Amino acid sequence: MSADNAYAVELKGVSFKRGARSIFNNVDISIPRGKVTGIMGPSGSGKTTLLRLMGAQLRPSAGEVWVNGQNLPKLSRSDLFDARKQMGVLFQSGALFTDLDVFENVAFPLRVHTKLPEDMIRDIVLLKLQAVGLRGAVDLMPDELSGGMKRRVALARAIALDPQILMYDEPFVGQDPIAMGVLVRLIRLLNDALGITSIVVSHDLAETASIADYLYVVGDGQVLGQGTPQELMESDNPRIRQFMTGDPDGPVPFHYPAPDYRDDLLGKR
Amino acid sequence: MRRKSLMDRVRLMGRSAIDIVAVLGSSGIFLVHALLGRGGIGGGFQLLLRQLHSVGVMSLAIIVVSGVFIGMVLALQGFSILAKYGSEQAVGQMVALTLLRELGPVVTALLFAGRAGSALTAEIGNMKSTEQLSSLEMIGVDPLKYIVAPRLWAGFISLPVLALIFSVVGIWGGSWVAVDWLGVYEGSFWANMQNSVLFTDDVLNGVIKSVVFAFVVTWIAVFQGYDCEPTSEGISRATTKTVVYASLAVLGLDFIMTALMFGDF
Repeated sequence: MSADNAYAVELKGVSFKRGARSIFNNVDISIPRGKVTGIMGPSGSGKTTLLRLMGAQLRPSAGEVWVNGQNLPKLSRSDLFDARKQMGVLFQSGALFTDLDVFENVAFPLRVHTKLPEDMIRDIVLLKLQAVGLRGAVDLMPDELSGGMKRRVALARAIALDPQILMYDEPFVGQDPIAMGVLVRLIRLLNDALGITSIVVSHDLAETASIADYLYVVGDGQVLGQGTPQELMESDNPRIRQFMTGDPDGPVPFHYPAPDYRDDLLGKR
Repeated sequence: MRRKSLMDRVRLMGRSAIDIVAVLGSSGIFLVHALLGRGGIGGGFQLLLRQLHSVGVMSLAIIVVSGVFIGMVLALQGFSILAKYGSEQAVGQMVALTLLRELGPVVTALLFAGRAGSALTAEIGNMKSTEQLSSLEMIGVDPLKYIVAPRLWAGFISLPVLALIFSVVGIWGGSWVAVDWLGVYEGSFWANMQNSVLFTDDVLNGVIKSVVFAFVVTWIAVFQGYDCEPTSEGISRATTKTVVYASLAVLGLDFIMTALMFGDF
């Protein structure tokens, strides 16, 4: 069992490969319990892959993934599904079940994992929907919801079983400013009110830095830096500084590797 | 384009062989987990009923219409050939044996692959591309138990029943053409059929065939959906693969089973 109870999730020496391509190489990440931790990095840096490793939806090619004292890749299939009941994930698309209405989507985890009476399930579902401001949408089908509403319903579903760890995959992508503000406040509020551990995977710097207690910046299959948002802002590492300031060119090039521009245009290639 | 050397070709052949074995292995593990793995979901019977409706009941129309037409065509063709030898009274026996032994199980399986199999693949593939399967996993629900197993069982149960319905309505269609239209004596039509059709040799063998087809077609359909690339192109490719692989598997297995059941060796 993992020794340190201060961390809800610990990745120890994790490597992950897709075919011959290495996505992560010997990565160590510790997510402090009860805090909001942001995992940031440029697009394609493997942030979502990291989230899937934490949920054991992907198996690392080397290393250990400890969640609440259990090394997930070593668990049997049924024990793994039991362990996941302590986690909630907000997927990028919301991933609502399209054949169920809003009420049934939020009630789903309660129906499959508890034997609560129907009136209690109804109360819990309404409480969760009230928390995300969508109690009035209880009878709508997923295709009647906007993108932002889908994500909020998905959030209500993710907290239905009161998980200890809540993971958000790019929660701010494609949100209008109002929905974005609502989500930012909700993530912080849920974390503090429910005393859970939140992991926010995002490349939206301002929003993530505004709610995160601790940040990791990943890229090139490694952890480039870690610390409080303030510490990272003041980092000397040029890669981190480029990411934090949003410079178009720097150690992370704007251009995909290509032959000489002039030769290419003149057809000398 | 660069010509491939002999070694490259050999290497590619080896790669394809390894890929085929890998897919067979992963689809086998997939099937074992879905059907035998522990940790079933509450309300499994309701899930099965819902799938029996969407996979079985919704396929009924195409099966019944096809069965009637094939029975009618068999009677027409049979009558025109048998009449040359003065044996048109045997048309009932011919229609029944053809349907029960061959066309019932085979055509039903082919239609089932096209109608229900492709729908199963597209549905599961779409759930994958919209992260619904991932979402189930993270809620702590095994999609193999909740999504795949009810669909597999629904396919296993529906197809043999649909094949029997196909044969029954086909025989009815044949009798309508032979007796009511072409004037074959009704008594000889049914009596010849009853005398020649044996329960174990004909009806049971046909049912065994359709059980095997049900297993193979449904397995291919749900595995292709579960294993597809989660993009619109990937789903479309998987749906095509389901119909092609399932149809080829049905026709190939039909030959093997016919040889074993009726080959007399």
